[in-house]
Amino acid sequence: MKRFNSFNLFKPGSTALILSLIIFTIIEALIITRVINPYIQTILSLAGIVAISALGLNLIYGYSGQFSLGHAAFYGIGAYTSALVTCLIPKTGFLAFPLGLTAGVFASGIIALLIGLPILRLKSDYLGIATLGFGMIMNVLFKNSHRVIPIMGGASGMRGIARLTSFPWVFCFLLLAVIVVRNLVYSGFGRALLSIREDELASESVGINATKYKTISFVTGCMLAGLAGGLYAHLYSYLNPDNFDFLKSIDVLLIVVIGGMGSISGTVLAAIGWALLLEGLRVILPSGIQEWRMVVYPLLLIIFMLVKPSGAMGGTEFNFLKPEEYRR
Amino acid sequence: MQQLINGIQLGFVYALIALGYTMVYGIVRLINFAHGDVFMVGAYLGFFALTSWHLPFPVAIILAMVGCALLGVFIERVAYKPLRRAARISALITAIGVSLFLEYFSSLKFVFGPYFRAYPRPFPIRTFTIAGITISNIQIIVLAVAILLMIALTIFVNRTKTGLAMRAVSFDHDTARLMGIDVDNIISITFGIGAALAGAGGVLYGIAYPQIHPFMGIMPGLKAFIAAVLGGIGIIPGALLGAIIMGIVEKLTEVYISSTLRDAAAFGILILVLLIRPSGILGKKRDEKV
Repeated sequence: MKRFNSFNLFKPGSTALILSLIIFTIIEALIITRVINPYIQTILSLAGIVAISALGLNLIYGYSGQFSLGHAAFYGIGAYTSALVTCLIPKTGFLAFPLGLTAGVFASGIIALLIGLPILRLKSDYLGIATLGFGMIMNVLFKNSHRVIPIMGGASGMRGIARLTSFPWVFCFLLLAVIVVRNLVYSGFGRALLSIREDELASESVGINATKYKTISFVTGCMLAGLAGGLYAHLYSYLNPDNFDFLKSIDVLLIVVIGGMGSISGTVLAAIGWALLLEGLRVILPSGIQEWRMVVYPLLLIIFMLVKPSGAMGGTEFNFLKPEEYRR
Repeated sequence: MQQLINGIQLGFVYALIALGYTMVYGIVRLINFAHGDVFMVGAYLGFFALTSWHLPFPVAIILAMVGCALLGVFIERVAYKPLRRAARISALITAIGVSLFLEYFSSLKFVFGPYFRAYPRPFPIRTFTIAGITISNIQIIVLAVAILLMIALTIFVNRTKTGLAMRAVSFDHDTARLMGIDVDNIISITFGIGAALAGAGGVLYGIAYPQIHPFMGIMPGLKAFIAAVLGGIGIIPGALLGAIIMGIVEKLTEVYISSTLRDAAAFGILILVLLIRPSGILGKKRDEKV
């Protein structure tokens, strides 16, 4: 199997490094000079968080073809776990946040492994329905969580989580997520995932252990969702089970499909575009017709799908994300 | 036993929605997420027919069915037909878009309004007690209308030429087209019939659980879809069987275990059934080929 050079962000002259430094510096400068107010800063952080979660789903669905409608459940598991950790051990200072995030990531990963092993045997729509069912069950559990752990608050939500997420954190983790997904996809492992997406039976017949690859991809994707969840919990300092219901899984799926299946650049762009659109409509629309916001949004979605069913960047990437031999 | 009756009543309402899901999936392999919202529109049409226009109950049901059928065909023509050759996920996303649009558009003040509305009872409730089981006239009407519609559907699918064409299209689009069947037309008819049944389901749901709002379609829609999967998607009797099982399980969990765990029980059963029999209770296992 052909080996790809792994993506080295810190290689001198790497476009990705320069680009990300420039973007980061500009945004940080705008934040420090107070051109960007805390509200917009929160929106930008949210966009980054959604992008991390969507990258996870893109790995599961876009690259491996495993249809998941329960992504928000893993997002929620990460959020609640990390919030619990930072609430229960508040005295560790700076370490509490990374510790909480790690706990969230691993909680999502372990549950994804336990759930994934049995249900990844299912194909296409059936897998979608099973993950949807899992998402619903998790939502009911979140709503009843206060019976076991009172501070999780159940249906009325969990309060008093420290506000630890700031834009630099989100930016660094988004960069990390992009690098992880990029290096996974352009490797022998990634080729195996693509072949499973195209035809599982055929790829098994040439010796690819489909179960193994599907499970690794599912667990990794869900861990990214868990990371995003942990960041989200500490962004708003309040968690509600409704933030992790079926519709939120759909939101992430929308981003992956609109960005283009199997495209890292597309997913990140779509996530940012999605967050800005939803908030932007709030600003653009006159106050009298605010309730039209959610009417315009699905209309744009339908029109977009009718005009460009393959998504914005389906199957393509920005050049700097590709291995050298793929560049043009 | 009493709860069993209540469960069956709920199951028949789910069945009316599930039939639309199963027919559409059987014919175009699309999870039509907007179907639950068509059900909601049906409930509202029935509501306005009964309150604003003071129509008798049977007319209200027929009006809701016709209205929903037109809506269903319109949605299919505008949102799904252009995507028939595209990847299936594109149509699924469009379906989600249509679903969100129907929900939020209906919430606008000049449409249905974002509030809960109390559904009118077209007649006073009477209850009968037979051998210790209490049955209300509402329950009898729900069951009667649902059974009547399902018998009509079965006759339509099995005994008419259009029904035969529908079965042919669900078997193989291209071969059906070669046999001189207007596939696009048949698909539209299928959407129309499914939507009409959902519309009737909406009115029955309204009189049985007398409160409606623009987001009422999401949960019954999902559960009806799951019922369709449970029975074997694409199989019409399977939808009824799955829906009745769902209804009974839900009621029994609500009463004997906990009402908050109701939904978890329903979805837990779903995952179990999928793991044991992925093609559903009545579904046949198909061999895979590359």
